[in-house]
Amino acid sequence: MSLPVFLILFLIAGFALAMAFRATLTRTLPHNQAIIARDMPLTAAFGIMVIIVYIFVAVTAPVLAPFAEREVVGSQFQPWGGAHPLGTDRLGRDMLSRLIYGARNTVGIAFATTVLAFVVGAFLGIWAALRGGWLDQVLSRVVDALMAIPSLIFSLLLLTIFGTSVLTLILVIAAVDATRVYRISRSVAQGIVVMDYVEAARLRGEGTWYLIRREILPNALAPLVAEFGLRFCFVFLTISSLSFLGLGIKPPMADWGSMVRDNATLITFGDITPLLPAGAIALLTVAVNFVVDWQLHRASGLKE
Amino acid sequence: MHAVLKMIAQRLALGALTLIVVSIVIFSATELLPGDLASAILGQAATPETLAAMRAQLGLNDPAPVRYWAWLTGALQGDFGVSLATRRPIADMLDARLGNTLFLALYAAALAVPLALVLGVLAALWRNSIFDRVANAGALSAISFPEFFVAYILVLWLAQSGYFPSMVRLTPATSFGDKLYMSFLPALTLTLVVTAHMMRMTRAAIINLMAQPFIEMARLKGASPLRIVLRHALPNALAPIINVIALNLAYLITGVVVVEVVFVYPGLGQLMVDSVAKRDIAVVQAIALIFASAYVLLNLTADVLSTLTNPRLMKRG
Repeated sequence: MSLPVFLILFLIAGFALAMAFRATLTRTLPHNQAIIARDMPLTAAFGIMVIIVYIFVAVTAPVLAPFAEREVVGSQFQPWGGAHPLGTDRLGRDMLSRLIYGARNTVGIAFATTVLAFVVGAFLGIWAALRGGWLDQVLSRVVDALMAIPSLIFSLLLLTIFGTSVLTLILVIAAVDATRVYRISRSVAQGIVVMDYVEAARLRGEGTWYLIRREILPNALAPLVAEFGLRFCFVFLTISSLSFLGLGIKPPMADWGSMVRDNATLITFGDITPLLPAGAIALLTVAVNFVVDWQLHRASGLKE
Repeated sequence: MHAVLKMIAQRLALGALTLIVVSIVIFSATELLPGDLASAILGQAATPETLAAMRAQLGLNDPAPVRYWAWLTGALQGDFGVSLATRRPIADMLDARLGNTLFLALYAAALAVPLALVLGVLAALWRNSIFDRVANAGALSAISFPEFFVAYILVLWLAQSGYFPSMVRLTPATSFGDKLYMSFLPALTLTLVVTAHMMRMTRAAIINLMAQPFIEMARLKGASPLRIVLRHALPNALAPIINVIALNLAYLITGVVVVEVVFVYPGLGQLMVDSVAKRDIAVVQAIALIFASAYVLLNLTADVLSTLTNPRLMKRG
């Protein structure tokens, strides 16, 4: 099957599935949510559906996968079919099982990194906006200096120093991305700290932690959630790229980026197997982007 | 004219300051090493005597500001010291690769910028049409794809059928035409990734302007849609568009890292990845400095250019 034909079939299948998914949601959800589901664009329905499938696969990986993650079960580079529907990899491990476990490892690590970047970046950003003065100045200038260096280059520099392991990977990427989160949460919080209700809470004598948790965070949630989706995409792509370059998550752990790298030689023989993990990365990022796009559109109140 | 010169001088001063800060950040990276450079090089083989000798050889006994100054003045004259892994002068390793990477980035930019502008203007002109929707969904997907996915699809599609080589072997003797031919696939990969972004921003910038009173006026005057977009909207959208182009060119400079590895392209990105794996901090610092300077300079140029296209921005100070 040639590539264009495959792409068109894929698009049609995605379209039909998204339609069916949206119809099911409209049918089964309680009324007020069903209205949202009915008006949601097909791209967003497709995105939500894909995200649910990924979460399901990640959670139930040991049940779904026919073989263990690191088990050598056959000779190397077996073709598709038989006991191994997607063949085997460079060391004779089952490709399908590793793809399934990859959902757990790659997505899990990216998610943990994004959460860490968000907790640190959002806390510092809101704190800086709340306190102002020298704390804000110092933090903002440090972040400015760090952001003047492209993030991939900065991550590579830090990885050289601290070495490449999963833990340093998470910490380095979270640190680099926290600067970006800091920027946006500071600017969002700056619009909120000048509000009368924050002033009132301050006069009541509430502490910093209370102000952040009860007054600012609930009002800053909408833009921060959209930013979380976008940030997740960036982090996910960065981690995959680093793993692809051999500097991120390393074998034997099943990871989509390093699976592409490991099996890339197959491409030169016209075998599309190495494209599957890369496609799995692309599909999830597209899905998250579609949902974020829809959310931003809804939040901005734009109607076409 | 005086105000323009003053503005440019101010921006240049700010840019120089940013460059100095960036170089300090990159230099201080070595200070974060557990132990120091000498023990990092010697590793297990370190004895107190060899450590002391190595420290003296690398000049590690000087205080940090002195070493920073020596490193920076050396780098400005093209002397980045020696590689920790190979002991070769870093300048020799960078020499040909810097040119190759610049060539690839310029090549991709020459393809991407006109393409993105045309697509963006067309999408804005025919907004909400099928063309616009397809272009938008396509662009959003292309932004979300990892570079290596795009690259391997192109390899599978164009290199498998024998149209283009999937590996780039450049020698000094390679003619310009051959260079263009051999690096077409890496350039196309980069083009696809950045075009999407630039196109979306161009479209957004023009559509934003379409709600302005002067566009309404032009429309009421009976000007054709194409004329409205090209003569009335586009000149006013230049500032955001220039910024987006610069941002994406800056992205190209780092995007080359992955693409160079896929196509075995002999550029800076590949050298950097190899050096990170070997933990050759001296080489990584040198390349990081080059990439970061290019990034800062591009942003600076964009800032100056977009201020020039919109005299009102000068008042901003």
